[in-house]
Amino acid sequence: MLEKLGVESINDLLVDIPQSLRLDGLQLPNGLSELETMAQVSALAGRNKVYPDRLTFRGGGVYRRFIPAAVAAVTSKPEFYTAYTPYQAEASQGTLQAIFEYQSLIAELTGLDVSNASLYDGATAVAEAAMMAFVHTGRNEVIVSGYVHPEYVQVLRAFGEGRGIKVRKGGEPNKKTAAIIFQQPDFLGLLVDTRALTAAAHDAGALAIACVDPISLALLAPPGEYDADIAVGEGQQLGLAPSFGGPHVGFIACKKELVRKLPGRLVGIAHDAQGRRGFVLALAAREQHIRREKATSNICTNHSLCALAAAVYLTYMGPYGLRQVADVSFRRAHALAERLQSLPGWELAFPERQFVNEFPMRVPKAPALLRRLSRKGILGGLEVGRWFRELKGVVTFTCTEVNDARALDELVEAVSA
Amino acid sequence: MTEPLSFELSRPAVDPPRLPEPDVGSPAPAEALPREALRSRPLGLPRLSEPEIMRHYSRLASLNYSISENFYPLGSCTMKYNPVANELAASLPGFAGLHPYQDEDSVQGALDLMWRLERALCAVVGVERVTLQPAAGAHGEWTALRMIAAFHGSRGENRTEVLVPDSAHGTNPASAALSGFQVVEVKSGPDGRISLADLESRLSPRTAALMLTNPNTLGLFEREILDIAEMVHATGAMLYYDGANLNAFMGICRPGDMGFDAVHMNLHKTFTTPHGGGGPGAGPVGVKAELVPFLPSPTVERQNGHLTLDYKRPQSIGRVRSFYGNFGMLVRAYTYILAMGGDGLSQASQDAVLSANYLRKLVENDLEMPHEGPCMHEFVASAQNLQANGVRALDVAKALLDKQFYAPTVYFPLVVPEAIMVEPTETESKATLESFAAAIKEIVARAKTDPQSLHAEPTNLPVGRLDEVAAARRINAYLQGASDDPVLRWKAPPEGTS
Repeated sequence: MLEKLGVESINDLLVDIPQSLRLDGLQLPNGLSELETMAQVSALAGRNKVYPDRLTFRGGGVYRRFIPAAVAAVTSKPEFYTAYTPYQAEASQGTLQAIFEYQSLIAELTGLDVSNASLYDGATAVAEAAMMAFVHTGRNEVIVSGYVHPEYVQVLRAFGEGRGIKVRKGGEPNKKTAAIIFQQPDFLGLLVDTRALTAAAHDAGALAIACVDPISLALLAPPGEYDADIAVGEGQQLGLAPSFGGPHVGFIACKKELVRKLPGRLVGIAHDAQGRRGFVLALAAREQHIRREKATSNICTNHSLCALAAAVYLTYMGPYGLRQVADVSFRRAHALAERLQSLPGWELAFPERQFVNEFPMRVPKAPALLRRLSRKGILGGLEVGRWFRELKGVVTFTCTEVNDARALDELVEAVSA
Repeated sequence: MTEPLSFELSRPAVDPPRLPEPDVGSPAPAEALPREALRSRPLGLPRLSEPEIMRHYSRLASLNYSISENFYPLGSCTMKYNPVANELAASLPGFAGLHPYQDEDSVQGALDLMWRLERALCAVVGVERVTLQPAAGAHGEWTALRMIAAFHGSRGENRTEVLVPDSAHGTNPASAALSGFQVVEVKSGPDGRISLADLESRLSPRTAALMLTNPNTLGLFEREILDIAEMVHATGAMLYYDGANLNAFMGICRPGDMGFDAVHMNLHKTFTTPHGGGGPGAGPVGVKAELVPFLPSPTVERQNGHLTLDYKRPQSIGRVRSFYGNFGMLVRAYTYILAMGGDGLSQASQDAVLSANYLRKLVENDLEMPHEGPCMHEFVASAQNLQANGVRALDVAKALLDKQFYAPTVYFPLVVPEAIMVEPTETESKATLESFAAAIKEIVARAKTDPQSLHAEPTNLPVGRLDEVAAARRINAYLQGASDDPVLRWKAPPEGTS
């Protein structure tokens, strides 16, 4: 190869690099065999404590759920996971159709018109939705109502700062309000009055942005039913492992009036000269590679493979499977809440509020309790006082279909011991 | 050959999957919750059995080109082989099973991996610290610009402009705009490199940063990078490095030494985490000492072998993503770096440069080469020489698809008309490069003898060229209320039709 190029060494190809910048290699150890590499990586994995699914009662945005084997069997197909963003549609129909199905599933789940091809996570989905509201209304304030995931709000603030968008906690909307953002169920697991919040936003000429739990939508009214304009959320529960917080997937869906403001990829139906149906990236004029600084977002890489996982998960579950998952989680959480609140010193933090499968409890000596549970191999609830001063001593517990009745017994026993 | 949608394959007779029964006595949600809180419309998800699902997605998979089966010379995207050991590492229960809100003591291995990855990336690009939080390259760009804005702000300076070369990736101006900056374009000179004279005229006390890729998107090393850095720093602005092209020079030189203050990296390009059909990726950002106080919170700190997450960062730009970034991708990248080592990474870059130059040489008489070589890890050719025959870069791309090659990037960078941007990477063998060059030769020959046939390409794929214009028209009709067909999602056909 060098001969063909008429040079003696690769160095002769690097002549444009100033000599003063040239390195003599990297200050890193030399490479390893796969055997040695995996031994080192496994040793790191071995220094982490993994709690069994059935004894995990901690949520706060990431949940243990049953993941059908079909999900990994599909996402580990190299034709999916080693493909690129589907710019050449004819050679990417598998990815494009899978995303189209994902979009259709999310639109169906949220009851809204159109979903995009995915975002990074729930937090950036909230921030992107706020940007849409800012551009759509020309107003520069968003209201975060109630207990929205604190990390989502932090990300929203960081995004907002760049665009001059103010983030206000609670309060009444006014002429400057671009959107009211609420979470259903909220960060503590409690139901909020989505209809009233949506109406309040609309009365002030603002948009209603609902951050929703996708599994709960098998039970609860979807955003489209209460007239929310944009639905966003975290899709981790749809077939993705906790994986220390990522990669997961953010979803976003909206009314058709807002589609041109949507960030990121969108897949639509197109036909070839023979009339065959295919799928293409659509409405690209919103995007950075066409619009550059005028794009709706800078997003380029999204989370396609995670969206594929979500599509397989939702297709596997179907309407009745998803309903049963939500139903079982609901019942177990309520059974657990019932038992925990009968313990001395334990009480529901908001006894008058409804919840689905996560609920906040006031707990005596929470830190010591959680340590004790951990020693018994139980990942107890989440102390939410670390984010909200008024909630010191409050721990949220979550139940899903993986926490069987015996696991509930074990938790209650360990707590009472 | 096309595949029906899952919705079209749905059969009402399919039983739902077997799932745990409610084994506790509490009431069902429909009894416990007020009616207005409940879903009133039935949930219209498809109903398929597991074998039907597996066949459906297997057939969809077979419609894709992928790096595991095809050469993917996609310029600027660094489509190199994704080692399968990476996948195994990320799926270890000790990583995949971790809840992000576990106590620090129970996730020491995960934090240590992040710390080690940070150190390794610092060594590769020559910076002080790295944040692993950004989920993708564009997210990293934006994160870096937020830090640069915070840095200037902390000094009481109001700098409102970011300079971006005309050859830059579209994410650069988009990230700058989303970060609150005005974008000012800097022109390339006739040799394809940034024009120092034009740069000089654009720099001002309003300049916050210059965003630069080096080698640039033409695959050319900015020879005058040290002068550029000096000019930028002399005005008090910062120099930002777009890491899209990092695969060109690992172990050969470092952006930090060139004078860059902030550097983003794409783990899904240079460090072999798979592209996943468009993500998830990871876009860590490295910074020099001056920007360290502004890093997103939390950072990973190590003291006496004990690892902690540091949230007490008063000058931080805050949080850019929930939790700690795309951790699973960090595991893959770290596994790759361990296996490759410093020696292997350096070799990879050298091989990538050799591959690009060799392939460039093989096709230099078939396509136009608007800029003089040698190139770094990629090159940009132009199909302008085929225009007299009515053949365009897109036709060349589509014809390559029919020959089992994915297409190069076309029409980018914008500064080259009919651009064909080729990045072979170190993955490809000499034989693959030669067969690709042979394919180009044949297509170019056909452009002269039978140009019409190229407009019909591809003909051997599941679908031919799709009419995007007609699709856009139908979408517009839907968005304007003139049609009920959403085009962007499946919609059940009206009752009574099939």
